[in-house]
Amino acid sequence: MTVQTRQWTAALLFIAVLALLPLGIDEFQVSVLAHVFLAAVVGIAWNLMMGYAGQLSLGHALYFGVGAYVVAILTDRYGISTWIAMVPAALIPAALGFAVGALSFRFSVRGVYFALLTIAFAEMARILFEHWEFVGDTSGIFLKALRSDNNPLVTLRGDGLFFYYALLILMLLSWALSVLLVRSRIGYFWRAIREDEDASRAMGVKTFRYKLLAVAISAAITGVAGGWFALVNGSLFPESVLGMRVSIDLIVAPIVGGLGTLFGPILGALLIIPVNEFTRGLAQTFSINGLNLLFYGLLLMIVIKIAPHGCWPMVARWLGLSDSARRRKDEP
Amino acid sequence: MVELYANAIVNGLLIGAIYALVATGLNIIFGVMRVVNFAHGEMVVIGMYIGYACWQLLGLPPWASVLVAMIAMFAAGYLFQRAIGNEFVDKPQHVQFVLYIGLALAITGLHAIIFGPDPRGIQSAASFATYRIGPLRIDATRLHAAAAALVIVFGLWAWLRYSLTGKAMHAAAENLTGGKAIGIRITHIFALTAGIGMACAGTAGALIAPLYDTNPYLSSEFTLTAFIIVIVGGLASLPGALVGGLLIGVSEALAAVMISPSAKSFVSYCLLLIVILVRPQGLFSARRTGR
Repeated sequence: MTVQTRQWTAALLFIAVLALLPLGIDEFQVSVLAHVFLAAVVGIAWNLMMGYAGQLSLGHALYFGVGAYVVAILTDRYGISTWIAMVPAALIPAALGFAVGALSFRFSVRGVYFALLTIAFAEMARILFEHWEFVGDTSGIFLKALRSDNNPLVTLRGDGLFFYYALLILMLLSWALSVLLVRSRIGYFWRAIREDEDASRAMGVKTFRYKLLAVAISAAITGVAGGWFALVNGSLFPESVLGMRVSIDLIVAPIVGGLGTLFGPILGALLIIPVNEFTRGLAQTFSINGLNLLFYGLLLMIVIKIAPHGCWPMVARWLGLSDSARRRKDEP
Repeated sequence: MVELYANAIVNGLLIGAIYALVATGLNIIFGVMRVVNFAHGEMVVIGMYIGYACWQLLGLPPWASVLVAMIAMFAAGYLFQRAIGNEFVDKPQHVQFVLYIGLALAITGLHAIIFGPDPRGIQSAASFATYRIGPLRIDATRLHAAAAALVIVFGLWAWLRYSLTGKAMHAAAENLTGGKAIGIRITHIFALTAGIGMACAGTAGALIAPLYDTNPYLSSEFTLTAFIIVIVGGLASLPGALVGGLLIGVSEALAAVMISPSAKSFVSYCLLLIVILVRPQGLFSARRTGR
């Protein structure tokens, strides 16, 4: 078997297992996995920007939160179809990403400065939303309870199983999109920029344009994921969707999974979200406040010490799924 | 009205001096190792809890609790860097980010376990003493804390400039390979740097312990404020940290009086945006371009 066939078989096997899994697990596990898929979507989006285009954004909560608020407000307050609301939930964050990117890249803000600037934008948005009455300031937004004749395919809200499959499909779509992008011309330009921006510019890559494209695409996917978060959770607050902690949680999974690899963000989400859930449960059973943070923090330190390039490169080698030539290039 | 603003400015300058100490720590770590310490705010909170524990629980005098915080945090920073940090100095930024965020979350969790989520404050008669100079009313504790912070900041500058170890740190920052070639023990210098940087944060924490109630979740605000200050002042620039600290302190205090207390960080972020877009290297740029 060539590596390529092995990769295809593994991918199909993975999808088949996920599709059949709800038959054998309980309701709680289904909901945890739904959150895993959501985290994977955001991780895939962030990975496009950081793992491939090399732009470190520490303020992705901005796009996530705005997407969430757009969907919540449009559907709940104005009764607009959820399907249609997903369009502005992608476009508005994309426009914001475009603005943040244009502002930073025009003034050639790079590296640490760019990272800290993205934090600043996200934090400003959080503070703004906390004082903005239209979006419910600190008291947030609660979606109306579902009607008894609710059709999940219309409202995009339903029981745990509905969200499981909906988010699984969303994850597979974003995954497919990321594969297409990374293997296209754009993907090669991104990697060129990541490796050496000045050199790729000298070679004729329009770095400004392709960096902006990376931010906008990443922001759009993150915005849609945010919209789904609003639907899954039913309530949102500035702190819960725009806060610093959101930006952190959102990027830990792709880093732990393996940046600049296509499957890394998914693996990372599969590792991080259940661990997070488990430690939270642990803190609750022993009713020790902070135990979850301690465990989670220590775990992050240990994992990043053992696998600074993320877990996927190691796992892929072990499963024989990596073609070594490409692997080395794809590792940032 | 003028009185109100004058008092706000003085208070802002005083708290700004403390900010300057926190930011100096961040800047030393960044300047020498090119590492952004995302757990810096947590170090401040550790200092606050040390201050609280020494003063309120053990009954030590305030200066002693500050000293304890300084020494303890220096030792912790040195050991952390030797045990884990050094390995990450030449790793990519996002890898360092995960390490320090993990450290930050672990510390926050530990604080919540030991001290609980409720705010802890120091009650002492001294908290209410004030100096009056004309229309100005200056909180005595605040003035002492600010004075101590300034002394430490200037002392550090002098030490970094004139002592042999300080010069070695400069050399390591300037040219790592060259520094190694002339026999500087890089692992030791880096550990020393981390120790000093974290001791700055811890000392600042112990200094403000009598002023603010501590809770485990204060840390991210300190981290973000320190980031804003170093960007506004200039990454890796010591005068930048001082001026940036004072500037942010005053602008926060004025924003709290003129707009609303909750708007103060918003104003800082606006300041940050302007600086980053107009003068991205900060008000005081370090001459170096990095390694």
